[in-house]
Amino acid sequence: MSIKTKFAGDKFKVRVEKKVKDSFMRGAVASATDTINGRKNQLTAEMGNWEDWRNHGEEIRKHVLENLDYYLHQFSENVAKNGGHVYFAANAEEANKYIREVVQKKNAKKIIKAKSMVTEEIGMNDSLEEIGCEVVESDLGEFILQLDDKEPPSHIVVPTLHKNKEQMRAVFERKLNYEGSSQPEELALCARKVLREKFLAADVGVIGCNFAIAETGSTTLVTNEGNADLVADLPKTLIVCMGMERIVPTFEEMDVLVGLLTRSAVGQKLTSYVTNLTGPRREGDVDGPEEFHVVIVDNGRSNILGTEFQPVLQCIRCAACINICPVYRHIGGHAYGSIYPGPIGIVLTPLLDGYEGNKELPYASTLCAACTEVCPVKIPLHQLIRRHREIIVEKEGKAPFSEKMMMKAFGLGTSNASLYNMASRMAHSVVKPLTKGDKITKGVGPLKEWTDYKDMPKPNKERFRDWFKKHKGGNN
Amino acid sequence: MKVSLFGTCLVDVLKADIGKATVELLEHLGCEVDYPEGQICCGQPTYNSGYLNETIPAMKRMIDVFADSKYVVGPSGSCVYMLHEYPHIFKDDPVYGPKAKALAEKSYELTQFIVEVMGIEDVGATFNGKVTYHPSCHMTRLLGVKNPPLTLLKNVKGLEFTELPQKEYCCGFGGTFSVKMGRISEKIVDEKVEHVKETGAEYLTGADYSCLMNISGRMERLGVPVKVLHIAQILNSR
Repeated sequence: MSIKTKFAGDKFKVRVEKKVKDSFMRGAVASATDTINGRKNQLTAEMGNWEDWRNHGEEIRKHVLENLDYYLHQFSENVAKNGGHVYFAANAEEANKYIREVVQKKNAKKIIKAKSMVTEEIGMNDSLEEIGCEVVESDLGEFILQLDDKEPPSHIVVPTLHKNKEQMRAVFERKLNYEGSSQPEELALCARKVLREKFLAADVGVIGCNFAIAETGSTTLVTNEGNADLVADLPKTLIVCMGMERIVPTFEEMDVLVGLLTRSAVGQKLTSYVTNLTGPRREGDVDGPEEFHVVIVDNGRSNILGTEFQPVLQCIRCAACINICPVYRHIGGHAYGSIYPGPIGIVLTPLLDGYEGNKELPYASTLCAACTEVCPVKIPLHQLIRRHREIIVEKEGKAPFSEKMMMKAFGLGTSNASLYNMASRMAHSVVKPLTKGDKITKGVGPLKEWTDYKDMPKPNKERFRDWFKKHKGGNN
Repeated sequence: MKVSLFGTCLVDVLKADIGKATVELLEHLGCEVDYPEGQICCGQPTYNSGYLNETIPAMKRMIDVFADSKYVVGPSGSCVYMLHEYPHIFKDDPVYGPKAKALAEKSYELTQFIVEVMGIEDVGATFNGKVTYHPSCHMTRLLGVKNPPLTLLKNVKGLEFTELPQKEYCCGFGGTFSVKMGRISEKIVDEKVEHVKETGAEYLTGADYSCLMNISGRMERLGVPVKVLHIAQILNSR
């Protein structure tokens, strides 16, 4: 897998059409996001000064991005001091090449993974499978998707958000000969049994990173399943994969951001586990890897630095914007064709992957700004989405010709009084053939997409401005 | 109090009744209303679709048209917010930058103007019926106007107010989104319609005609018998 998922092959409209008809998926998404949003609202309200925390979060992320070179240097120095290895990967190929080399040097065949979106982004699993490794996802959601013929995640925090428990049970039955109920506890127990063996047998662990602490060279991953601890502690070799912007200066800022992350992501004060890793096993340690590698992935991020899109790098991957998005709610994550769906995905995907094949994404937003309002680090998501549209139209020249003509006409009509007066006076009679009673039910051109689903009022016989003139005349 | 009405293009062409109600309401409250004739559209449809160059002349026009007004008041949170976006758009323009800032500072959404500028919480309206209210996204999130419409509605005699479930969710209009992504828009508005039905209200109201046109357009198509009125029409009922 890469940033684009296997669904990206279909045209966006085709994907949407498939997904809006999937009532199971839409039901699962609505119910899961309502639950998460409810818990999140309760927890953020409880704090009493959530806005202050958001400001603080934004301040930390902005500071880090403005001094990213300094903190990356400090972080890598400290990883080395702790006895670990750091590799800077400019792109997916470099990252995969390094990871393969580490794995091959160890003659490793069995890889166990904890949650990491950046390994999805670079397509690490496929790269390791190509050299004959078995890669097992230990995050429960990712585990289920991997079992289900490597279905792509539909959400960055809850990868199986699109599935209900009966569908998950069916996957277990098909792939693991599971005969139990669809009770989440029972399903988890089954996964645990399978995974325990995989943990014990693994040669190399691969783990993601929510935050990398410059001052100590540590990395942090939050989970609710504890699988990250097992991935980090049992295999002899550990590889941490991180996007280059995951840095925080010290544990103090990490503490602030973890609080913002867990509250925003799942409505928890803290996840059950916060796994902090500081280098390989030291003398006297009872567990931990003998070899500790950190792969810092750029893959297009440094091109965003210093541009108007820099705020998107503030993201802490909480998915609050996804959970609140009205579009995501009805089409689910797969329709976006990117491993990063929802508002954050709309902004990030064209930046990392280019506009080619992603140019419909910025239009999959009502610009309602719920994403911007909910973001714990105050990324102006709806503004960045709108800015993508401008680039698609003006720089990339990728807008459809008919739309361009229509927008030019609209631009003229709204800046030229005689044109506007002519068009608005004529509107009532022009649309007459399309009307039924006092409404338009079968539109043409751009109106068609409206009247396919909704009625449209018929234009006024007398424009408001004509009434106003008479009204004023009468008063004088 | 002298007020310049920013009528919005949708009201001018599609729903003159909302403009009439707005004028009558403001006059009833003692305002002297004018309607600068040169106004057309705030430019939001092209601007939000990514056509900035095509929008500049329309925005400059609006800035010039309202240059001499003391207050600019419009019956649409979204369109009024667009005027507040102008200073950001023209921030590097030495001529229109300051003018845009001046326009934004004197522009108000109708209910915001009545409550926050005029200091009126009861407009003396009477309206008999069960009413629910959709708080539109741009008005609440971007313009930051949440309470004024509710304050005014709650003081209307005879009006029984009922809260809309999941009211903060977008109605699915989204400007050109509704004609570019009609299928998604349909699904979003369907959920809104379900919530409107759940309230048992006879009337749905709001302070943005574009959102109301979207919801009522779907309700009419589905045969949902809830009547839709702009908040100015309710506040102008006596």
